[in-house]
This record gives sequence, structure tokens and C-alpha cells, in this order.
Amino acid sequence: MAVTNQEETGLAGEPTRRDMIYVATGAVVAGGVAMLAWPLIDQMNPSADTRALASTEFDVSKVPEGSQTKIMWRGKPVFVRHRTPAEIAQGTKDDTADLKDPQTNFQRTQQSNAQPGKPEYLIMEANCTHLGCIPVGISEPGYLGEYGGWFCPCHGSHYDTAGRIRKGPAPKNLHIPPYIYTGETVVKIG
Amino acid sequence: MSGPSTYVPKSGLEKWLDTRLPIVRFMNDTLVDFPTPKNLNYWYTFGGILAVCLASQIITGIILAMHYVPNVAFAFDSVERIMRDVNYGWLIRYLHSNGASMFFLAVYIHIFRGLYYGSYKAPREVLWGLGVIIFLLMIITAFMGYVLPWGQMSLWGATVITNIVGAVPFIGDPIKTWLLGGFAVDNTTLNRFFSLHYLLPFVIAGVVVLHIWALHVPGNNNPTGVEVQDVKKETLPFHPYYTVKDGFAICVFLLIFAGFVFFGPNTLGHPDNYIPANNQVTPSHIVPEWYLLPFYAILRAITFDILIIDAKFGGVLAMGGAILILFALPWLDSSKIKSMRYRPVARMWWFAFVLNFLMLGICGAMPAEPPWTLISLLCTIFYFAYFLVVLPVLGVIEKPQTPPASIADSILASKHGSAGLSSAAVPAE
Amino acid sequence: MKPTFARQWIVGIAALVSAVALTSGVQAAGEVKHPRPVNGSWEGPFGRFDKAQLQRGFQVYKEVCSACHSLNLVHYRNLGDEHAPFYDPKYPNPNENPVIKAIAANYTVKAVDPDGNEEERPGLPADKFVSPFENRAQAAAANGGAVPPDMSVLVKARHNGGDYIYSLLTGYNQEVPKGVSVPEGKYYNPYMPGGVIAMGPPLMDDQITYADTPANKGVKPTVDQMAHDVVAFLSWASEPHQTERKITGLGVMAFLLVLTGLLYLSYRQVWRNVEH
Repeated sequence: MAVTNQEETGLAGEPTRRDMIYVATGAVVAGGVAMLAWPLIDQMNPSADTRALASTEFDVSKVPEGSQTKIMWRGKPVFVRHRTPAEIAQGTKDDTADLKDPQTNFQRTQQSNAQPGKPEYLIMEANCTHLGCIPVGISEPGYLGEYGGWFCPCHGSHYDTAGRIRKGPAPKNLHIPPYIYTGETVVKIG
Repeated sequence: MSGPSTYVPKSGLEKWLDTRLPIVRFMNDTLVDFPTPKNLNYWYTFGGILAVCLASQIITGIILAMHYVPNVAFAFDSVERIMRDVNYGWLIRYLHSNGASMFFLAVYIHIFRGLYYGSYKAPREVLWGLGVIIFLLMIITAFMGYVLPWGQMSLWGATVITNIVGAVPFIGDPIKTWLLGGFAVDNTTLNRFFSLHYLLPFVIAGVVVLHIWALHVPGNNNPTGVEVQDVKKETLPFHPYYTVKDGFAICVFLLIFAGFVFFGPNTLGHPDNYIPANNQVTPSHIVPEWYLLPFYAILRAITFDILIIDAKFGGVLAMGGAILILFALPWLDSSKIKSMRYRPVARMWWFAFVLNFLMLGICGAMPAEPPWTLISLLCTIFYFAYFLVVLPVLGVIEKPQTPPASIADSILASKHGSAGLSSAAVPAE
Repeated sequence: MKPTFARQWIVGIAALVSAVALTSGVQAAGEVKHPRPVNGSWEGPFGRFDKAQLQRGFQVYKEVCSACHSLNLVHYRNLGDEHAPFYDPKYPNPNENPVIKAIAANYTVKAVDPDGNEEERPGLPADKFVSPFENRAQAAAANGGAVPPDMSVLVKARHNGGDYIYSLLTGYNQEVPKGVSVPEGKYYNPYMPGGVIAMGPPLMDDQITYADTPANKGVKPTVDQMAHDVVAFLSWASEPHQTERKITGLGVMAFLLVLTGLLYLSYRQVWRNVEH
């Protein structure tokens, strides 16, 4: 046995080499459990095939002026709205209005590399920032809200023509996904 | 050994809880203070190892079910998606597939230990019977699990084994059709096997609770087979003495487990199961997983009709009987002495039985042609003879050695070597 | 100590080991010729893939095998994963790796455009390897009834898969032994079960040109070299995470050894005053 008399007579309350072995063993076991836990947790994160589909490309010229289309990105719909000059003007005018989540019309169409985007194309995630329903927009039957942009029928949030929250329970403007124009009309989202 | 509880609630919360739901008392009496014989050797650590195996299989299994698709069109690819795309999916799937093998390795050692030390004898017949039920449930669960990856062995193994049910006269065919949900192993079968494969481990866990309960009434058997007489002198509290000993054994076991998972994860599997299931081509050589080979050999050993029982049904009866006979074992063994440590003749037969069982495993892996058919038959006969002839007769005719009067005596004798009074009766272990 | 029981067990286990050895010996001694070992750098717990070899193997697959054999479970992006043929530490996300993008773009992928029309577009890293045939029936019809097996997990789907494929690819042009009749349009190969194979000799010396890189210096595209390289690639493809698995395994084993040692010391400490 590796136990010497000296260790056997360790005073009460004083850590002996014996206790050190128990503490070390317990610590290693705890460390092992923690290391084993990570794979068991991480397996629920997006897998490699899901991550591989994290970006998508779209030709915005397919959307006629004054209408919008929905495309799928990361399993969620994204609005691509081709705004009329009147809608753009309305958006710019409202830059100075009392906004809950202040952003200018210019910022709303900016690319993710901070370059200006195309003011006529508004690209936004189609989920209401309140609880995730899809607001009703132009080219869909339904009430467009008091600001002519979008209206979320779930809990009554009104968005303006730049997708900014104007009225209702939603806390933020409709979220803009990261995107870059890779061609004249081709946009890469994500 | 479930004497009066020795638990004393310390804090106020524990006292409050103890009068409402004495769960802390229960855990304490089961896992901490439980009096355990001093002389248990490493063969007795496999109960703890098996608990780890069951927990590991359930946890990894639940995770795999999050990613697996039980449909013939997607099953194979979804397993490969787990291997390739899911974060650490390869680790979790290999833990699960090799875990099944480790589980059976441990359960076989656990069973043969029980056979050697007579752990099935009174007052532990119910404990033993519950163990056999667990073993049976494990076989069914493992078989269904092997179908899920939907490789060639999955499909054809399932086809062969479900035909066993069809061998039962008159009612076999309708039952088989009912079990498959069709006329061949197909999508319906895969889907229900997945459901049952998910359910049965929890049934096993329930029976394990009963198994432990039935263990804690008479207490552990021990290598001498002599019951505990003096709890103070002959037992130790389960914690820390056996928690640390089991912990050490579990860790050694995990080293072997990890060796397979990380450096030979497909060693125990069959390459044909990496070929997607094809219901128009049968693999040239169908074999079950290694842990079912002995029973598969018994199934194939009966190649002739016995009176009105045809060969097919005969094989099914033999295979079923090989497991069911374990239930009757406590009443078949006529010896008054539990441990084979003191039964030199029986001990030789036990070794013969173990080697015979291994031989059956080899027969199960071999093609069903001479000489393997004959060897299978002889091994099958010996398998049954061990239970039906050897153990009943041996208890009457053998001259056993005298076991020590108590566990304490046995410890004393092994400590002092030949000086002990019952030393002759205490062969080295 | 208590030696007898342990000794009996050692005898038992020795018997088991010899029985298993006997078993595998019997299996090997069939009609099929035992494959020649490929002796790949990737074999064994410490074995690792040679990246240059994986790239050459991919080239062999692309220029030779892929004419008939699909690789359905592998995506182009997999080629840029860690430990994969074209991994570049600059691009931890293989979908952004320009080499991978270029490889994928070489292929034409069938897709449906937003208006519902079938279209053909250049491949993306997220796409699966394009299959040479539309379906099994077409594959069978184009190959005299024998469907060329998918190669994604082929190495794992055969006994000693790496050795088997290597031996098969280099095992053509041997004298047909008596008793084996080779039908018209089929070929003799002693490593194929039965000796008759539908696939003609796929490799010829100097069939392809390896890229002139420092890592490929002195590597000649002989049949043996190409077979070796493509087996490396297929071994990788059969389990892209195997290198990660082995590296993790070494850490796990070291950890468990330390823990086993500590638990043994704890055990000795706990039991130090107990006679048992």
C-alpha cells in the first residue's frame, strides 16, 4: 500500500495526501462529465448540411415594381419588395417622424458591407419582431396597416413602407438580413 | 438485508421532505448505507457496469432519435447524415452501436458470475428471474435496433428472425403478418420497430429497479455463497467502499469501450450493413450481431423433425427454451451449496458450459453446413443437458468441500493461508 | 493472492481467442483470394491521411470512377472540411473556400427555378456529388445489368474494404485458372467473389496526369499508384470524421488512463484498513 504512517496520522481538519487523491479523482470525474456533456449538447446545434445552406442568391429583377415576393432563406421567408418612387419618398419623409426604432430609409436598404443598396428593393426577414408571425404586405389580400407597409394580423403591429415599426406591440423594425449585390440585379443573402 | 433504515435527516429541509416523500432516505439506504459483504470480488462489479451501459444507451439513443428518420426511403441516409453532418453525430452513433456490444459483453459476464456463485438459489430466485426478463428484453431491443440503419443485414436479419414467429403451427402466419404490418419486412415494420426500440429500454429500466429491489431484500450473494451472519463484522456500507471499487472497474471497462469506439468502431459490426437494404438481393451469409450468435446456432441446430414437430418449429422451440430454461434454474440445481468454489466437480462442468457457449457462438457465425451443423447440435444438447441433467444430478451425487462457517471465517482463512482451520475447504479464488 | 480462478479464466480466454482466430482463418480460406494489404498511411490509431494523396485520389475518382460510380452521400463542401482533401485553414467554412466553389461549379446540377421550370445550373458547395445515372435501372441498363455500387461507404461495406478495392483494381490481367469460365463481356479478377467481374480494367498506366506540385514530385500515375491514391480518397469518403475520431480517441484514452489510476489509488485508500 502506498499509505505511510505519516499520512495516516494527518491531524483532523488538515488535508492529507489521502484527501488530495479523493479531491483529484472527484475533479477529474467532474471534468470528464463536463467534456462529455459538450457533444451531447452541441449535437442539437445546426448540423453541417444546415449550415451549408446558410446563404442563397436571388435575382431581384424578377420582382415587378409595386409588388413583393417571398423567398426562403435558412428555412424562413424573406420579403423582397420592389417599391414605387412614391413609397420611397414616403419612407424618406418619415425619417424624421417619431420612430420607436429609429432608422433612416437609407439605412433600411444598406448592404451588409456598408455600401448603399438599391433604394427600390427592400429586403427584410418576413417575421414580425413581436412573436414571429408573417405580416401581410402588398400583393397579398388583407389590410396593409395604417402606414401602407405591412400589418401583422396576429397582434396588430403596423410597419411603414420602409418596414419600420410605427404602431403596435412589436419592439423593432423588420430585421434586415445580411446581403450583398454580387451582380447588377443578383443579391446574395447570408 | 433491508434492515431498519439507518438514515438520519440532517437539515431541516431533509426532515421536512422525509415525512412527506422519503426519497433521500430511500437513496441513502440503497446507494450509501446499504450493507454489502466485504468479500465481493471484481466479478461483482458488473452490476454497476451494466447500469452505466443502460444509461449510456438510453442517452445516446434519445439523441439519435432526434436525427434518425424511420422510413425506408430515408433511414440509411439519415444514419449517414448523423455520421457526416450532425455535430459529433459519429461519436454518438458509435457509442450507441458499440454500446450494445459492451452491454451484452457485461451482461454475459454478469450471468456467468451468477451461475458460478449460485446467485440464483434461494432466497434470490425472484432476483434471478427478473434478471432473465431483463436479458430477454435486451435481446428483443437489440434485435430491433439492428434493423433501424436499414442496411442489408437489417432487412434480411429482420426477415429471418420474424419468420421464427411464422414457424408456430396454425397461428404463426397471421401473427407474423400482424407483427410486420404487411407480408414482408417493409416500411410499416421499420416504423413500429423504431417505436418499440425507443419504448423497451424504459421497460428495461423499470425491471432493473425491481431487480435492485429484489437484490436489496436478501442482500448480495458473495463468492463463498454463505449468507451474511454478522452485519457488523462481515459487511461494509456500499458507499464509499463499493462505489469506489465499482468506479474503478467501470473506468477500466470504459477504456475497452473507448478503444472500440475510437479505434475500431466497425470491428464488431458486419460490413454488409453499410450496403443499403435491397429486397431483391439476399447477402450470401446472414449473421446476427455477435452477442446473439449462440442462440442463432441453437435455432439452426435442429435440422430434423421430432415426432410431429417439424425442424423449423423445433429450432424455434429450442432457441426459446434456451432462454426460458434459465427461469427454472433455481429449482433445477439440487445442490445445497451455492458457490462452485466448494463444488470442484460442478466447477469443471461450469467451465465446460462456458466453453460450450462460446463454441455455440462460433457455430452461429459459420455457414450451416457440415461439420458445423453437427457441432451445433452437440453443443445444443450439452447446453440443455447442463441444466436438465448435470445440475440436478450433480447436487445429489457430488462430494462438495465444506464451505466456511461464515464470511468472516473465509476472510480469516484466506488471510492466514494454510493456517486456517477450514483452509482445505477454501480453495484459492 | 487467489491465483487458480484467474488462471482458469486466462485459459478460457486463450481458448476463445484461438477459436476466433480459427474462425477468421476459415473465412479467409474460401474461393476468393485474400486481398493484398494496401498499407495506407491512414491506417491504425496513429495513421493520418496524406493531403496530396487525397487530392490525387479525388482526381482519380473524378476522371475515372465517377463515369459509372456515384458518391451519393458526399457533398462538394465535404472536400473542404478539416482533414479533407482540400482543407484550407483560411476557410473554416468550406462553403466559402474558392477551391471548393470551383470544383462544385465544374459540375452541372439539375434544379427547379422559382417559376417551377427545370433548369441546369452550376454546382454549389452545398450540392451532393452528381450521380452518373438517373436511377438504378438506368445504371443497370448502361452496364450490362450490373449496377456499379455507390462508393460513399464502399470501404466500410466490404471486409477489409481498403485492401479489397486496392487488390481488385490492381488484380486484372491474370491467368484464368482452370474451372473458372469467364463469360463474354466479363473479366477475370481473383479478388472478386466468384472470380468474375462485370467491370473492365478501369486503370491504365499514365491514364491521367497528376498536378505538377512539389508534393507530387516523383509520383508517377501507375496503376498501382492510382489504385493506392483512390483507395485513400474512398477511405476518407467512407468516414470523413475518422481523423477527428482518432485524435479525440487518443485524448479520451489518456484521460481514462489517468482517471483509472486515480480511482485505483482512491480504492486502495478507502479499503486500506479492511480485511477482505
